[in-house]
Amino acid sequence: MEATAGDPVGRRGGRAAVAGGGLLLLLASLTLAVSAGAVPVPFATVWGVMLNKLSPGLVEETWSQGRAAIVWEIRFPRALLAMMVGAGLALVGASLQAVTRNPLADPHLLGISSGGAFGAILALLHTGLFLGLLTVPLLAFLGALGATAIVLGVSRFADATSADRLVLAGVAVSFIVMAAANVLIFLGDPRATHTVVFWMLGGLGLAQWGQLVYPLAILVCCGVWLILRAGDLNAMTVGDETASTLGIPVARFRLFVFVVGALITGVMVAFSGIIGFVGLMVPHVVRMVVGGDYRRVLPGSALVGAVFLLWADIAARKLMPPEDMPIGIVTGLAGGVFFIWLLGRRRPG
Amino acid sequence: MTGARLTVTDLSWSPRRGDDPLLHPTSFDLSPGRVLGVVGPNGAGKTTLLRLLYRFHRPARGEVRIDGDDIWALSARAAARRVAAVLQEQPSDFALTVREIVALGRTPHRRGLAGTAGAHDRDVIAAALDRLDLRHLTERHLGTLSGGERQRVMVARALAQEPRLLILDEPTNHLDIRHQLEVLDLIRRLPLTIVTSLHDLNLAAGVCDDVLLLRGGRPVGFGPPYRVLGESAVSEAFRVTARRERLSPSDTDHLTFHLHDERPRP
Repeated sequence: MEATAGDPVGRRGGRAAVAGGGLLLLLASLTLAVSAGAVPVPFATVWGVMLNKLSPGLVEETWSQGRAAIVWEIRFPRALLAMMVGAGLALVGASLQAVTRNPLADPHLLGISSGGAFGAILALLHTGLFLGLLTVPLLAFLGALGATAIVLGVSRFADATSADRLVLAGVAVSFIVMAAANVLIFLGDPRATHTVVFWMLGGLGLAQWGQLVYPLAILVCCGVWLILRAGDLNAMTVGDETASTLGIPVARFRLFVFVVGALITGVMVAFSGIIGFVGLMVPHVVRMVVGGDYRRVLPGSALVGAVFLLWADIAARKLMPPEDMPIGIVTGLAGGVFFIWLLGRRRPG
Repeated sequence: MTGARLTVTDLSWSPRRGDDPLLHPTSFDLSPGRVLGVVGPNGAGKTTLLRLLYRFHRPARGEVRIDGDDIWALSARAAARRVAAVLQEQPSDFALTVREIVALGRTPHRRGLAGTAGAHDRDVIAAALDRLDLRHLTERHLGTLSGGERQRVMVARALAQEPRLLILDEPTNHLDIRHQLEVLDLIRRLPLTIVTSLHDLNLAAGVCDDVLLLRGGRPVGFGPPYRVLGESAVSEAFRVTARRERLSPSDTDHLTFHLHDERPRP
């Protein structure tokens, strides 16, 4: 990743160390997340099972078939989903913060997650899976996109195109869409509502290998696009007019970022429910370490978001065993406290 | 660095079709290297005119030509390689360093998808940092700088764009006297065509080759400051009583302003 022009070589070396350390942390967190649970699994077994799956017979099997099934069929998909959701939401948060120029922007606060939840609930309780497995993610994406369109529409209608008022419009729309989603739950089959309410609080327990390809594909495509546009995101942090004098089609670019954000958020919500505040917190933490350049903020946010959600999931499973606490409670608690701390700080950076 | 010829013909703009124009048809011609000051009371259309010049507003009528090319016939990027603007907006919440902000000026010159910086980009950025005396601040965050330093960073960013026309919106706003003078001194020395809005008429008279006086969205004078900024024109535009007085040690003209006509009557 080439940083700004004219960096001293020493700093570039420092950045390589930060990136390497981050990847190691991710690997360690993944190992711990797979190992931890109602049945603790030794780290060596975690690695052994994984290596044998990638290349059968590489490691001598010293564990039971049952252990291997727990590790491979339940815990690995769950951990990988946690990483994808964390990385995705953090990328969306970081990008929205740039294009709205508001350090408090977050897919949850802007109503995008609520829209995704609305779409997913519609599919789960009312329409049925008429498109098969893709129904929930697709409707979640359409819901997220719809909520985004309403936010942008409201901000235009209320002449609130400035960055801070856009966020206020998002909060308002978020309340309305959430109310509509609750109506859907209220009208739905009472036997199914328990599951849906539980899912809405956020959880990774339903992860399966067969479905991971959808969030992965979305995350990779959208993530690459956002990272390629990192320079434009930098320019957007200065201001709409300045970005426009730098040759960026500001309105269109912001719209694209919102659509990409709705795509990532919708799919992540479909697979994990509403997990708030990841997109708010992670980019701030990353900026403290690597600075404000989006060429570093975006990859850093993806990595730290993945690590954060792995840890949040470990906490969710450890706090009240053998129950899985909904992970949304963990991130909501951490995020709310973080939000207050952020408000108290006068000027980040 | 060289300046561009700026030709503005019958330029007008209104927020929506059918609304009263915020800028009525305005025309002027600026030779390369001239400094134009846009002056007028609040709401006179200064910002609107500047936004039309830096291609943020699309004209309702008329056109803006730079070296003969209509800026709306150019792509946004191509226009950004000719026109740079220093505006009041400043990023303070995103922890960008001075060098990173100045590097943004290379945005319209980027090639390829990822837009990696080449040796030429590095040279241009270094030159811009040197010209604005920012070398010792390159790794500082913008939020930690003083108002004058930030203004210099934004000018350096605009220069890194290698423009031929530089537009400044109230560049002396919120600056103390020394920093005001520094910014004006810089404007005078840059070999670019410059359009700047200024509140202070005496500063405008001191630094500009030409002045455009706006009032209620209409141009009411264009030309050298001593011709445009006469007592009666200024009095009428700003609804004050303006007097041109001679300062004695420096022997220069200076405008003074009064709410009521306090001139001793004969």
